[in-house]
Amino acid sequence: MLAGTGLALGGCGTLGAGITGTPVAPGTVTFWDLFGGGDGVRMADMLTKFQQGHPELGFQHVTLAWGNPYYTKLSLATLGDQPPDVGVSHASRLSTFVGSNLLQELTPDVLAKHGLTPDKFSEKAMQAVTVNGKQYAVPLDTHPFVLFYNTDICKKAGLLDADGNLKSMDGPDTFVQALTAAQKQGGAQYGGVVAITNETSTNWRFFQSLYSQLGGQMLADDGTKVVVDEAKALKVLNYLRDLTVTKKLMPPNVDYPGAIALFASGKAGFYIQGEWEISTFQTAKMPFSMTLFPNVFGGDKYAVQADSHTLVVPARGNDPTRTEHALTFIRSILDQSLTWAKGGHIPAWLPVANSTEYKQLKPQSNYAAAAAGAVYDPPAWYSGSGSNFEIITGSAIATVRAGQASPEAALKGMIANLQTYAKTPSPV
Amino acid sequence: MTTQTSAGGRTRAPAAPAPQRRRHDDRTAWTFLIPFLVLYLLFVIGPTVYAFILSLFNGSLVKPGLGSWAGLGNYAEAVESSEFWSSLWHTIYFTILTTPPLVVLAFLFALLADRAVRGRAFFRVAFFLPYVLPSAVMALIWIWIYTPALGLAEGWLSAIGITAPTWLGDPNWAMPSVAMATVWWTLGFNFVLYLAGLQDIPRELYEAAAIDGAGPVQQIFRITIPLLGRTTTLVVVLQVIASLKIFDQIYLMTSGGPNFSTIPSLEYIYDQSFTNMRIGYGSAVSMLLFVVILAVSFVWFGIVRRQESGV
Repeated sequence: MLAGTGLALGGCGTLGAGITGTPVAPGTVTFWDLFGGGDGVRMADMLTKFQQGHPELGFQHVTLAWGNPYYTKLSLATLGDQPPDVGVSHASRLSTFVGSNLLQELTPDVLAKHGLTPDKFSEKAMQAVTVNGKQYAVPLDTHPFVLFYNTDICKKAGLLDADGNLKSMDGPDTFVQALTAAQKQGGAQYGGVVAITNETSTNWRFFQSLYSQLGGQMLADDGTKVVVDEAKALKVLNYLRDLTVTKKLMPPNVDYPGAIALFASGKAGFYIQGEWEISTFQTAKMPFSMTLFPNVFGGDKYAVQADSHTLVVPARGNDPTRTEHALTFIRSILDQSLTWAKGGHIPAWLPVANSTEYKQLKPQSNYAAAAAGAVYDPPAWYSGSGSNFEIITGSAIATVRAGQASPEAALKGMIANLQTYAKTPSPV
Repeated sequence: MTTQTSAGGRTRAPAAPAPQRRRHDDRTAWTFLIPFLVLYLLFVIGPTVYAFILSLFNGSLVKPGLGSWAGLGNYAEAVESSEFWSSLWHTIYFTILTTPPLVVLAFLFALLADRAVRGRAFFRVAFFLPYVLPSAVMALIWIWIYTPALGLAEGWLSAIGITAPTWLGDPNWAMPSVAMATVWWTLGFNFVLYLAGLQDIPRELYEAAAIDGAGPVQQIFRITIPLLGRTTTLVVVLQVIASLKIFDQIYLMTSGGPNFSTIPSLEYIYDQSFTNMRIGYGSAVSMLLFVVILAVSFVWFGIVRRQESGV
């Protein structure tokens, strides 16, 4: 529906192009994204800058609903030979797109012409956009699961060091002790809060962060095998269940907006979510800071669930001019990575990630190390950000955290559901 | 309504017209029917046959060709899949929740509006107006009404001391909430059908009944309801078919959630075919749904035929 509106607003040129199947006015860059909230506002800023910098290129922008709806439309538009020139894709979705031949490969020589060489991007993000040795996207950021903390509550609870930074919460017991302190000494209703109800992705991110610290894997062989390590998964599920059900350090029934409200109103000492919620709490003008998701189970190795926003060029014939324009656009967006970083995302573009401006950006740069420990969703045709995989795993994890199902029963159900997909021949 | 007028004209065509004349009539009729038939073949019969063929292969949306031969494998997978059955149940549950109120309320409101001598035109427009809204607009309105903490529904209920459920967020309440919104949205269509039916009933019948001493309630049960029989059949069947086709409101209001509790058959087909790109399997499921709707339509034909021979 939004796509329709966007095209209609684009005017007659677009309508004619839509009917005849020709590109919109030559030299026009069309861009599709899935950014709402603070990200949407920042992206709009960056797009305006691009237009000011490149008045010779026309520009059209469409924002669609996050998750499956966006990816379904992007695939169908590409199949119908009407794709945008540049689209946003989560890194975890790339393998499916590539398997479906929906993305144009970005060859080193073309990228180098725009200065987009591999050495200028963070390593994990670069790996995430490389499929079978070929590059199919330009990474824009890494967005890990991070820890938000209320500085007033944590100070009262004695959880801050002399510089006002959070003391280490690493290790399963330390993490519980910190939450307990926030609740008891800090005077908060809950030690921490992580959305459960009506949520799938958040539950998955929480589980996956802890599970991958234990070194656990979910799928293998491009999703045709379910390789869940039951002992490790149960250890994590029991730990999560304890936090809500047994120790009552976190509420067992709270939805996404509810979790935000609890933290923003000072009723919870900690909040865990993707870093993109930073804008929400800045707007709320509350005392908070952010840091790495604690290393609960990892010991000397750090891991955290993360994904990357990447910019892709959906396949449409082989038109060098179109690719040129697309990469000009992509370079302009990367150059504005600092604006993007203000929204919480860790820049993948090293010239900005290593700059003093970014390092001075607080609290955003506190968790920059997460980019190196990033664990992406496993590759499978049904996996990736907001996918069926996240829905299946997240729904099961939610029932454990809400105390509605035992860890054993939920894990059994989750594996059975994943196996249905693993057994289904891949359509891509 | 159409059935009523056409079936009402019970005069048979004059017996055995000259054969030549008939052939000529046939040709004229076909000439007029051709544009319709071409479109019908192109957009209904053609795709149906194509979908049936697709359903026998492991087709993928992103690969050219039909894919490998699956035989009845897709059908077997659907019948064995709990997701398929739960989506079918959600569709039927929605139909059960919406059809009775949409028939009964439409009848009651039409009865009341028919009595209102002055404001009839106003009521007709007032009840029909929501029906004109696109599903997206209707969904947005009701998402706001149901919004926890801020929504109208919660505000009103808490004003009279009732704790509101989390409407679209509670697996037990999500479907009834969508159903309520749908009743408000589509009531006007059935209402107009009933109103037209009511206006077809001759006034003299009521006068005669009143003279014989029949009260208003008796008049409704002995005259209005029996004479609206055909309208009711039509309304019920159109309603059941419309409800079985549920997709837009649910996709827009809950996208099948929470925890898959509202996914209807059509969304299951959409998800499988376009999100999962399994076009062969999606076609098989849509064939199965087609059979269900076909069965409902046959029941309707049975009822109509019995009514026509009985009355």
